[in-house]
Amino acid sequence: MGAVDTLLRPDARTLASLPNVTTQLASGRTMSHLKALEAESIHILREAFAESTNPVLLYSIGKDSSVLLHLACKAFAPGRLPFKLLHVDTGWKFREMIAFRDARVAELDLDLVTHTNAEGVARGIGPLTHGTDIHTDVMKTQGLRQALDLHGFDLAFGGARRDEEKSRAKERVFSLRTQGHQWDPRRQRAEPWRLYNGRKRPSETMRVFPLSNWTELDVWLYINAERIPVVPLYFAAPRPVIARDGGLLMVDDDRLQPRDGEVIETRSVRFRTLGCYPLTGAVESEAATLEDVIGETLLSRVSERAGRAVDHGDAASMERRKQEGYF
Amino acid sequence: MDIGIAADFNLSDFVAAHEGKDQLRLITCGSVDDGKSTLLGRLLWETQMVADDQITALGSASRRHGTQGDAMDLALLVDGLAAEREQGITIDVAYRFFTTDKRRFIVADTPGHAQYTRNMATGASTADLAILLVDARTGATPQTRRHALIAASLRVRHAVVVINKMDLVEWSEARTREISESARALCDGLGFESVVVIPLSALDGENVVHRGGSCGWYTGPTLLEHLETVPVLPARPSPFRMAVQWVNRPDPSFRGLAGEVSGSPVRVGDSVTILPAGQTAKIARILGQDGDVAVAHAGTAVTLLLDRPVDVSRGDVLADPAQLAQVGRAISARLLWYGDTPGAVGDRFLLKLGTRTVTAKITSLVGRVSLDTLEIEPATTLAPNDTGDVVLTLERPIAYDLYSESRSMGGFVLIDPETFDTVALGLVQAAARVPVAPSDSHTRSLAKAVSYRALGSIATATIAWAYTGNLGASLAIGGVDAVSKMAIYFVHERLWDRISFGKAKHP
Ligand SMILES: Nc1nc2c(ncn2[C@@H]2O[C@H](COP(=O)(O)OP(=O)(O)O)[C@@H](O)[C@H]2O)c(=O)[nH]1
Repeated sequence: MGAVDTLLRPDARTLASLPNVTTQLASGRTMSHLKALEAESIHILREAFAESTNPVLLYSIGKDSSVLLHLACKAFAPGRLPFKLLHVDTGWKFREMIAFRDARVAELDLDLVTHTNAEGVARGIGPLTHGTDIHTDVMKTQGLRQALDLHGFDLAFGGARRDEEKSRAKERVFSLRTQGHQWDPRRQRAEPWRLYNGRKRPSETMRVFPLSNWTELDVWLYINAERIPVVPLYFAAPRPVIARDGGLLMVDDDRLQPRDGEVIETRSVRFRTLGCYPLTGAVESEAATLEDVIGETLLSRVSERAGRAVDHGDAASMERRKQEGYF
Repeated sequence: MDIGIAADFNLSDFVAAHEGKDQLRLITCGSVDDGKSTLLGRLLWETQMVADDQITALGSASRRHGTQGDAMDLALLVDGLAAEREQGITIDVAYRFFTTDKRRFIVADTPGHAQYTRNMATGASTADLAILLVDARTGATPQTRRHALIAASLRVRHAVVVINKMDLVEWSEARTREISESARALCDGLGFESVVVIPLSALDGENVVHRGGSCGWYTGPTLLEHLETVPVLPARPSPFRMAVQWVNRPDPSFRGLAGEVSGSPVRVGDSVTILPAGQTAKIARILGQDGDVAVAHAGTAVTLLLDRPVDVSRGDVLADPAQLAQVGRAISARLLWYGDTPGAVGDRFLLKLGTRTVTAKITSLVGRVSLDTLEIEPATTLAPNDTGDVVLTLERPIAYDLYSESRSMGGFVLIDPETFDTVALGLVQAAARVPVAPSDSHTRSLAKAVSYRALGSIATATIAWAYTGNLGASLAIGGVDAVSKMAIYFVHERLWDRISFGKAKHP
């Protein structure tokens, strides 16, 4: 890190110095950036819906999915959501995630479809036995493709954001998948103005990312502003964890056992992203409220994906996963 | 890991500060090696958008791929796809975000190569401001001129000429003045609302966010100060429009028109005209992003309810009755060609403008536009990255505005009807006349005149001979008749060809 020190790093932002102002919006015509982001996402949701025949919302239960679902409800209000939700269940999600999912579905009267790769289950595929790559490929990527094919969904909304990872910065809002759900960089379309081209041939599908221009901070501020419920795992609480490979894993059920020399301890932790519990690192934190979480996000010097085992490895790996249809 | 929370962090104060922020979209343009990636990396770095683990990754990547020896290469922060990193160039449009206490910024980062004008046009289509990057050693180049032209023709309102690498010319004031004059001359008359010149060094950061001691003579704003204060709202408001995205009918009692407001605000009680059909109705209710509102401003996603049942479907446009959009079946347009296969007269496409998609045919290719001189050269096709002026004839009338008046109602894309790839970006420049029914060519008119006349004159000569019995005189009469009437017929035929009365309506 010596090289890093050669650059003068500006002092970390001190929250105390943030201006305490309630700015009057100039001439009442500029929109706050959150409302502008909301409007853009609603526009994208409506365009995609109008240009598809059987769309579905990929619901991964995380905070981005929660925001996406909230925006979709707004886009098609006052009616009921005019399409289904799909959850690809790898069988390794946190139990609290599943409970939260079922509660939301009941509350909002949603049509939920769940899918688990039965062939993967038959082969006994799991993250602890087969490692991150195989588990993610079989249970998540292939599971998703199976579900899309099975139900004939021609368009899938996802909650991915461009700020999540460097290679994502170039992802289109409407991302065309050729036959077999492949991502071909040369077939990706220009998106001038807000003109999205949703047309595709019968063998092709579309992935649409209405949150493309949001950042992690925008997502939290929006969750706060709109009072959107999220899985409690995002907030700090005492939880049983094992320290492994430089991270903290939560013991969500007895499939995760301490190895020699490891102990299960109770620590105050929370999660910045949610996925399969043996692949999702917890961070030690006392941030038990939304206010604390936003404060921590602002001060945090670690990017949100650092806790995800799936994103480690070489820088080109994300892009390879994308070509394989992971997103 | 120990992440402390500032003891006096107050969420409502923070949210209040955030609520006041607006959003500026900008595009960075420069030739390869002008320092675009370094500048963007610098902005992200200085505004704290870089996390610690990214810095660690950057440290090791800098030693492997960087151009800065052991020091960190900020350019690697914004370098995207793996294949591109190998080549050391970026070849697409990438979007980055940063936030300051005053504003949130969305940056479209596009490549500098001449052959990638299409990517630049895409990035410029939504930008409020363009950064035109110039190397202090070389000054403005024809490439700078081309970038300024593309930005201006896509109606980017503000230009900032950034003179980079000032450290390599000893922060020379004379050099700055020289480049500033040539750069201003080059932006002159392009229609930018503002042109500002800022000398800086992306590498050491001076004049990007902070002032340094190297150029005391410079009294203007730093780059970030300028970006934070340049006006986001257009100087002159355009008339109200809303392209209908979807007709929302959850139950028989509710029929809402979903879309996004552009131009002037719309209020409950306002009259609107539905185009292209032309019926008028009043706004009975406006559902905004958070429920019922009395007025909706530009950029708001709304669902409008009308006071009477009128026939409206996706693709229709609601417009201010006092300032209607144009409606027509033919437009003159400037195209920026993306497609791998060239476009030519007679080719058919799907045209998407606003929320309407119609079949369109190129009925005339006026020529290719040189982005260096703006002159129009004759051409028979438009190849990838060409810019050209065409006339498009549409299968049915659409509502539109000129691009010079409205980006959302004057910009369109052309879509290949078989692959559905987007093949061109288009700007409406004027209404055009629908070409008239296929007419006879001059030679065909002439041939018809000759054959008709030959028959007619033989008849005339025969009749003359029958009356006079004088063969010589009869042939002479037939000959003169043939020549004079042929001339008269030809002129008559060409005159009629110019009159549309009684012709078939469609091409
Ligand atoms: N001396 C100096 N070098 C710079 C400056 N900005 C960029 N460079 C160098 O110019 C080269 C090209 O920069 P890069 O950001 O990769 O250019 P890009 O191709 O426009 O993205 C690199 O070696 C940079 O380190 C500057 O302000 N001063």
